[in-house]
Amino acid sequence: MSQASHALVEVREVSKRFPGVQALDSVSVDIRPGEVHAVAGENGAGKSTLMKLLAQLEKPSEGDILVEGERVRFRSPRHAQRLGIAMVHQEFALAPDLSVADNLSLGREHTRAGVIVRGSEKRRARELLERVGVAVDPGRKVSSLAVAEQQRVEIAKALAVDARVVIMDEPTATLTDAEIDSLFELIEQLKGEGIAIFYISHRLDEIMRIADRVTVMRDGQVVETLDKEQLDEGKLIALMVGREIDTLYPKQEAEIGDVVLRVRGLTRPGVLLDCSFEVRAGEILGFAGVVGAGRTELARAVFGADPVSAGCIELDGRELRLGSPGEAIAAGIGYLTEDRKGEGLAMQLSVIDNVTLARIPGRGIWIDRRAERQAAEQRSDELSIRAPSLHRSVEALSGGTQQKVVVAKWLQTDARVMFFDEPTRGIDVGAKAEIFRLLSDLAGKGRAIVLISSYLPELTNMCDRIVVLRDGRTVGELRREEFGEERIMALASGTEKEAA
Amino acid sequence: MSVANSPAGTSRALKLPEGLRDRLNEILSQLAAAAGLIIVAVALSFASPYFLTSNNLFNIGVQVSIVALVAVGQTLVILTAGIDLSVGSVAGLGGILGTMVIAKLGFPVVPGIIVGVLVGAAIGVVNGLLVTQMRLPPFIATLGMLGVARGLTFIVGGENAVYGLPSSFRLFGEGQIGPVPMPIVYLIVVGAAGYVVLSRTKLGRYAYAIGSNEEAARISGIPLNRYKMAVYIISGALAGFGGMIAASLVHSGQPNYGVGLELNAIAACVIGGASLFGGVGTIGGTLIGAFLIAVITNGAVLLNITQYYQQVIIGVIIWLAVWWDQVRRRRLAAVAAQAHGRRGTEAAQDGQSSIRAQGDDGAPGEAGSARA
Ligand SMILES: Nc1ncnc2c1ncn2[C@@H]1O[C@H](COP(=O)(O)OP(=O)(O)OP(=O)(O)O)[C@@H](O)[C@H]1O
Ligand SMILES: [Mg+2]
Repeated sequence: MSQASHALVEVREVSKRFPGVQALDSVSVDIRPGEVHAVAGENGAGKSTLMKLLAQLEKPSEGDILVEGERVRFRSPRHAQRLGIAMVHQEFALAPDLSVADNLSLGREHTRAGVIVRGSEKRRARELLERVGVAVDPGRKVSSLAVAEQQRVEIAKALAVDARVVIMDEPTATLTDAEIDSLFELIEQLKGEGIAIFYISHRLDEIMRIADRVTVMRDGQVVETLDKEQLDEGKLIALMVGREIDTLYPKQEAEIGDVVLRVRGLTRPGVLLDCSFEVRAGEILGFAGVVGAGRTELARAVFGADPVSAGCIELDGRELRLGSPGEAIAAGIGYLTEDRKGEGLAMQLSVIDNVTLARIPGRGIWIDRRAERQAAEQRSDELSIRAPSLHRSVEALSGGTQQKVVVAKWLQTDARVMFFDEPTRGIDVGAKAEIFRLLSDLAGKGRAIVLISSYLPELTNMCDRIVVLRDGRTVGELRREEFGEERIMALASGTEKEAA
Repeated sequence: MSVANSPAGTSRALKLPEGLRDRLNEILSQLAAAAGLIIVAVALSFASPYFLTSNNLFNIGVQVSIVALVAVGQTLVILTAGIDLSVGSVAGLGGILGTMVIAKLGFPVVPGIIVGVLVGAAIGVVNGLLVTQMRLPPFIATLGMLGVARGLTFIVGGENAVYGLPSSFRLFGEGQIGPVPMPIVYLIVVGAAGYVVLSRTKLGRYAYAIGSNEEAARISGIPLNRYKMAVYIISGALAGFGGMIAASLVHSGQPNYGVGLELNAIAACVIGGASLFGGVGTIGGTLIGAFLIAVITNGAVLLNITQYYQQVIIGVIIWLAVWWDQVRRRRLAAVAAQAHGRRGTEAAQDGQSSIRAQGDDGAPGEAGSARA
């Protein structure tokens, strides 16, 4: 075991500056063979940046990276792969229109006289897929795979280049519970093979489960590196946030009023079948269900983002005909999307422009730029949005900060019924509490809130009522007294008979 | 990222100069593009004594005006991640129909000009419908229109130019306000309007947003089709207007007018920093791009360089401009990093209540809890 104490990769006093931001400030960490090294920290702490330096996606401003004691030169991601460092990207870097086999051999095609030898590629692909435990035909197009399968292919791609260090940046953000379990099994297996893993996550329970060591970062610096034995959640949080957090779920009891939104029999062929629910003023309603149960689809249908074939939507007892999100927003319905890159943000636009996009202050065709700036300043104070400047494009912000910008955009619409679809995805613990405080405040002001989350404690702690969906149908409804994770999961997976 | 321990008021005071600084960066970046223009101009003023005469400068202004007008419309389209390849043909069609109603149907001059503009707008409507209703890619929709509009020009107007225009029509293009030729006046008005549209109106903001992320724009409630229609209509109308100015300058409607105009207009946008992927671009940049092309063309004429070399030069300029733009962005980033010092200023956590430990509902702890 003397081998194991040797650092496989070492980062020595590395700094990285971006315009207006010191993303990393003299950071040192190392990783040993067969170790899971978790990196934790608030949004914008510099976790992803550190990993990008390792994968040679970004160039360090100062400092050295050593692989097996030798300084490496910065060249290209390909060079990093040759050194045995591979990254599993959160936004997968697969070519969607190519087959799995082609993706696995991309850039390293096995050729004979310049012609790709398909047979041997398929065979190799099958081996790799078997190693990561996914049974798909290597001839299938990547775009036809489920998210979890695509992630496996990404990991297989890392193994294909004989990676000794695999970097996983928030790998569980889009996975279901069962998928997370099997990812962890795979990680254990890789550990056994001596592969080292850098693991970034905002879910402390995951870190507690899987990490051998944890490095906590704050404001671009390493606060401390802890061994497994020293781990304790309260301590982790305190180290990450630099202050103590009172409660993660600041739920206030709000007075629950009349039904604001009533949805009856909403149907969208192949996606939603006869979905009904209602939500009252001051109430936080949860949508529970496994990934793919139709929670997002139901919210989108109510919001007018997708067409429906049957059903009715009533707001304050008056039936609405919603043809577009614009009409829904005008009627007082808002929808925070789960996919911030794809549907949430206009990346090249500034923070201000994004915050006011769904509701621009002004008259007629004109924009009132002063009011706009004030609105954005107020929202960014409210949500502690950490941006070097509100005039900068949101592209350069960290993932969690971007998420806050999307939240700010929807607060700005001041909708009476607000759908929050996975609002805490990629957000650090401190900011999560802030966002839940905001939900509570909104409910306190008499807004009707629908919260969609794959993380049950968020629902059971924040909601007044939970509607469970399965296979595109609303299959049950639980009041606060009836909440229980087993009960909800049984409904969601169909092992319990439908309630009411 | 240091956490500012200042009260909220101080942090707000800090934000303003930051905004100014970014504005400055933006201006500086356009100055960088303008620097190319200045260098070429200075070089030419040495190479040809005629270059810096007011006569020649106004001449350049008149020559650039049509391309620049059309490029203003093109900028709007490009911002939405679209493109309008039909503007050259539309200028031809607008010019022919506008002059025909004056010469053949006896329309007064101003209504005739309006007809030219409306023809362009109508083509814009069709382009917009092709893009929004038939969901054709803008490149295909307007490539088709490039052929259709040019064909229509000859079908309606025949192969011959339209003559017999009243002399008052001449004033529209050749008149002056003080010493300033009318085309330059139009350019100033349209350029200013374009600037205002992009920076102060919803149309401008939405154009940027649509080009940056169409789905995000749709979910944010922006009526995509309406605003896409608007940019193609504006582009078409400006092309029709450009066609009428051109007709006035040569005192006749020429069915061949505008061939290749679209390429110069697109080149102006790109040289001026617009991204063909949408979401990035400014009117100022586009105008600088148009002037750069015009000055080079003018210089080539003064120095007796053939048209073929001009085309080569402009092609190379497009490469250089886009390359330089990328270098500049990277450099600017580095400079800004130094100017900002080691840490970014942030109004991060002030005003946020400090929170105590040990919660009531078992938090802070997510461990052991199940997930659906
Ligand atoms: N390309 C870039 N240009 C400018 N600034 C950047 C760039 N990438 C990251 N930053 C800044 O560097 C800092 C660290 O960002 P990073 O993405 O590493 O944070 P993170 O710890 O991964 O956060 P999160 O948990 O939100 O993903 C942030 O302030 C971010 O705004
Ligand atoms: Mg990150």
